[in-house]
Amino acid sequence: MTIRRWLTAWALMLVAGGAMAIPTDSIYRADVVLTDAQSHRFRWAEQRGQPRIVSMLYTSCTFTCPTLVESVKVVLLALRPDERIRLGVTMISLDPKRDTPEALAKLQKERGLDPAHWTLARPQPRDVSTIAALLGIRYRVLSDGDFNHTTVLVLLDGEGRIVASTEKLGGVADAMFVAAVRKTLEAR
Amino acid sequence: MRAILLLACLAPLAALAADPGYVRVPGGDFTTTLQYEDIRGASRVATFEMMARPVTNAEFRTFVQRYPQWRRDRVPGVFAGNGYLDHWQGSLQLSAGAQGSQPVTRVSWFAAKAYCDAQGARLPRWLEWEYAAAADGSRRDARRDAAWRDRILQWYAQPASRPLPAAGTTAANVYGVRDLHGVVWEWTDDFSSMLVTSDNRTQGDPDRNRFCGAGALSVADREQYAVLMRVALLSSLEGRDSTSTLGFRCVREVQ
Repeated sequence: MTIRRWLTAWALMLVAGGAMAIPTDSIYRADVVLTDAQSHRFRWAEQRGQPRIVSMLYTSCTFTCPTLVESVKVVLLALRPDERIRLGVTMISLDPKRDTPEALAKLQKERGLDPAHWTLARPQPRDVSTIAALLGIRYRVLSDGDFNHTTVLVLLDGEGRIVASTEKLGGVADAMFVAAVRKTLEAR
Repeated sequence: MRAILLLACLAPLAALAADPGYVRVPGGDFTTTLQYEDIRGASRVATFEMMARPVTNAEFRTFVQRYPQWRRDRVPGVFAGNGYLDHWQGSLQLSAGAQGSQPVTRVSWFAAKAYCDAQGARLPRWLEWEYAAAADGSRRDARRDAAWRDRILQWYAQPASRPLPAAGTTAANVYGVRDLHGVVWEWTDDFSSMLVTSDNRTQGDPDRNRFCGAGALSVADREQYAVLMRVALLSSLEGRDSTSTLGFRCVREVQ
């Protein structure tokens, strides 16, 4: 093998390796399987490739969780259509026992969440604490089966690295967070 | 020669499979020192088995040999921060400051969880930990004893720079569990459930959207400083954090 051919092979390997390896600071390093509202099972890491807003909720929540969903919508509305189309949203259930695909589909329909952008998914019960820890979400199961949890929107870049997060929810988008979303979309 | 090689390969497995010394903690009704809005009075704690002492450096080294993705030179940053096992001399070498018999510290929650998973066990929940830690040598609940509380508090007054004792060298409590006090802090499975706050749903409170639902935590018994310090520490941590005095032990469910 000539040095040139060797170098070419080496460069190809690097490119292939770069495309394969998930960065060490990516939350997609976690070996987590999710099931979405359409009953499709997939590895969390398959969401790699597109920047995403990620958070956790449970569908039987009546107060803050709707606010959480609406707050994501407010962020989406602050974007231009050509930006919006390149951003994904993933809402992961804290309550996989009760949040069946049917329950997730119901929420998806009720809130008008386009499945092309919105992924509502439940993890395996044992992975809930891992996902929450990766996203920096704190939660506790209450004695009546409800959940107490921090409501935070986390922005992941296409590689699954946490770029920004916000706890400012409600009718007005957090300008810093929207700016971070724009910047992440531009960087691609 | 072949037999020796085979033995060499099996040795780490054997060490990992060796019984780490779980002891039975019979269940019972228990009133946590923590006061949650949604919990009134005692909670039922189911019977479980708990490691009699924290996991040691030697045991954790065996684990990272078996599961090299948890070596400090290979662990993804998302699961462990910079301090992870950095008191070891090398990725697989202990040191004078991290001897085999001492409790392992500088481990992230993700790593501790993976260790217990590999054992077919899990990290204790806070309530289980607090339940086991309420006992002294003769009583299942010694918390009302001021002299006992004072002895525990003495440890917290000692500087963290002092070398850790070997694991399993403090007195066993009534269940046969050691080192729950006076050695290291310990991860719990639900460390991130420590939502320490005053009532955050008050109108006009800027934090009111932070939490979904009720169940904010406050403290029922201000005498229990030792418990409060544990909670304060755990509530300040992220899953990838590690500290020089934070270790862990595992528990098993009883079938």
